Amino acid sequence: MLRQGLAAVKSRACLPCRRWLASAASEKHGHLPSSQSPITSKLKFFKSVTEDGGQIPTYRVLDGVGKVIDGAEVPEIDQAFARKIYENMVLLPTLDTLLYNVQRQGKISFYMTAYGEEATIIGSAAALANDDEVLGQYREAGVLLWRGFGLDNIMAQCVGNEEDTSGKGRQMPVHFGSPKHHFLTISSPLATQIPQAAGVAYAISRSPRRGKNCAAVYFGEGAASEGDFHAGMLFASTIPSPTLFIARNNGFAISTPANEQYHGDGIAARGPGYGVWTVRVDGNDVLAVLGAVREARKRCIEEGRGVLVEAMTYRVGHHSTSDDSFAYRSRSEVEDKKRIDNPITRFRLFMESRGWWSSDEEEVLRARLKKDVLEAFKRAEGLPRNELKELFTDVYGGEEPWNIKEQREELAGLLKKYGDSWEPWKNELARFKRKGQDILQKTD
Amino acid sequence: MNTYQSIRDALSHALVRDDTAVIFGEDVAFGGVFRCTMGLAEEFGRERVFNTPLSEQGIVGFGIGIAAMGHTSIAEIQFADYIYPAFDQIVNEAAKFRYRSGGQYHVGGLTIRTPTMSVGHGGLYHSQSPEGFFMGAAGVKVVIPRSPIQAKGLLLASIRDPNPVIFMEPKILYRSAVEQVPIDDFELPIGRADVLIAGSDLTLLTWGTPLYHCETALHMLASPPPQVSRHVPESLRGAKVELIDLRTILPWDVETVVESVNRTGRLVIVHEAGLTAGAGAEIAATVQKKCFLKLDAPVKRITGWDTPVPLQYEKFYIPDAIRILDGIVETLIY
Ligand SMILES: Cc1ncc(C[n+]2csc(CCOP(=O)(O)OP(=O)(O)O)c2C)c(N)n1
Ligand SMILES: [Mg+2]
Repeated sequence: MLRQGLAAVKSRACLPCRRWLASAASEKHGHLPSSQSPITSKLKFFKSVTEDGGQIPTYRVLDGVGKVIDGAEVPEIDQAFARKIYENMVLLPTLDTLLYNVQRQGKISFYMTAYGEEATIIGSAAALANDDEVLGQYREAGVLLWRGFGLDNIMAQCVGNEEDTSGKGRQMPVHFGSPKHHFLTISSPLATQIPQAAGVAYAISRSPRRGKNCAAVYFGEGAASEGDFHAGMLFASTIPSPTLFIARNNGFAISTPANEQYHGDGIAARGPGYGVWTVRVDGNDVLAVLGAVREARKRCIEEGRGVLVEAMTYRVGHHSTSDDSFAYRSRSEVEDKKRIDNPITRFRLFMESRGWWSSDEEEVLRARLKKDVLEAFKRAEGLPRNELKELFTDVYGGEEPWNIKEQREELAGLLKKYGDSWEPWKNELARFKRKGQDILQKTD
Repeated sequence: MNTYQSIRDALSHALVRDDTAVIFGEDVAFGGVFRCTMGLAEEFGRERVFNTPLSEQGIVGFGIGIAAMGHTSIAEIQFADYIYPAFDQIVNEAAKFRYRSGGQYHVGGLTIRTPTMSVGHGGLYHSQSPEGFFMGAAGVKVVIPRSPIQAKGLLLASIRDPNPVIFMEPKILYRSAVEQVPIDDFELPIGRADVLIAGSDLTLLTWGTPLYHCETALHMLASPPPQVSRHVPESLRGAKVELIDLRTILPWDVETVVESVNRTGRLVIVHEAGLTAGAGAEIAATVQKKCFLKLDAPVKRITGWDTPVPLQYEKFYIPDAIRILDGIVETLIY
């Protein structure tokens, strides 16, 4: 009798209640009054998010030689789109090599390459809508390339010339930003962008773009150790905000290996703790990244909450031009990675197998990109810096406070006195557009 | 030895002398990004010299816990620009640990080392001088050395001081300054300024990197190069300027500074941090009160501007020798 009654209730019950009833029937002790947590008489600890206690699996589409692995589905992609992905994947290291070298020659002050992470960066960029807001860490220039920011803008920022709209020459190289390309300006302090992304996403969800866009935030596995990472995940899950968290797990935070950043199963294991959909993907497989981020983005926007993607990749280059990574890892380790798991080769082999790419085209492409990059740099290098007065602008919006005005006038007075006699200033002034005259005139 | 080597030397003494001492921070195990902990992990073991996850609040909170157990914790924050995630742990916790427990607990064993000040191409986030932000945090001390010898002696004193100390290392000096550093274990006094050049006409007060610009400015005052000589009246070239390295920013050596200004009647303060509420503001206010009747000129502050530190404009942001020279001349003829 009772059994039948229960069955009747079950069939009519809504999905969550049905789940509860099912467990209530099997769990004889009931559940906590304030939650769905079933009471158990077994003292059992756990430290894994997978049912069998094993590691979270990694989603992959292409094997090391560009063949689709058994059971994998190739995400929707046509030849033109595939070629665009490939060209951007090749452009990234071409650009990196030039800028790395010119930094070595002292022509720019600093640089960071994205060697080895081309699939993670370009694949995720390709999965986003071009008007999804992006909050990057610093190794994601590829997202801007994908969105058509252009080499001139890249070069302008890195040399800090008058065309640098990212930050008017105020920030170190690679600190790009462009509202037009929905890419918030990079900030060096790590992880600060992560909770900000939740706020960006919340604002999007209250704007006419509701349900159409997300905020995508990139960060390294090192940055994910900062308190800001946890705050960001928490906010994007508790306060519904369509935030797409993209962790670039490239094995290192400067010298610190990834396994010193966590005792658990990487960054992905943290997602379920915040109740967000989570996936781990082979970050050197551009099709896997494309497919995973597309699906993640879909869930993120549909449900209006955070989703976490952990892309497993490898930082082939040094951390930055200030770093020599052979002080903490062997050359052979890096050479092996480059040879065995090159994300660009993997995708090229796939393209060739489809008849979408040929070695002739490869040659033409590489030559063209090299030329484009070199020309863009040469052009940027020849341009002067912004006007000196920009030192004092943009501190505040609206009326300029008295202290800033007074200090600008103080510098103007000093320049009048010493600008053409004190060598260090004289040489430096020559590099600015209008050679500092703007600041003198503003005060006259 | 240069400064990074002398700091490494001091750290090694600290580890030898005190079994409870541990050193930790981001990338510390391989030697740190400025090489100050090079070889220490190999020499003393990973239990005593280790990497932490990338979290400044974690690093300082962890260090506070170690120190609360009476151990010695030497934490590294990779750049002073990145100390702010730990601000709460420093200002609300380390600084107040002793007071709030009625003196029962304290974290005197905590020392936070961090590279500070500009190098000429660091931009917004690799150039800051945040010492002023900690001036209101009574309970912590702030120390800034000027050279390899000073770094070693002051660091060992900071580690052994019964209070938490923020030890800011001017990063341009890691490789540039070289001195014959005594190899034994020695300390230099915290809370004491150092009079580098005695003088009677003007007191020039600074700390860290700008000290070197001050020295250049004093040379230029005595024998101005031809291009700027017309701005330096003949009558001032023999002026005797007293140059003081403050060394400890909190609590600062009011006795030495006030005694000097009472003799010279003129004070010029130089620091790289912006003018508003920089450490110079506090010093100027106190000197104005304690030396009011002896002052012949307003206290002058030569500092960074009230803007972030802008990369391409840094030469016009940092108080360099010419600005210091100009400030000295202006103050002398006031
Ligand atoms: C708050 C903060 N602490 C420290 C640093 C110095 N720093 C710059 S990059 C970096 C490592 C970051 O590693 P990860 O997040 O894994 O990114 P990856 O460089 O591997 O792309 C560190 C420690 C910083 N920029 N900000
Ligand atoms: Mg990393």
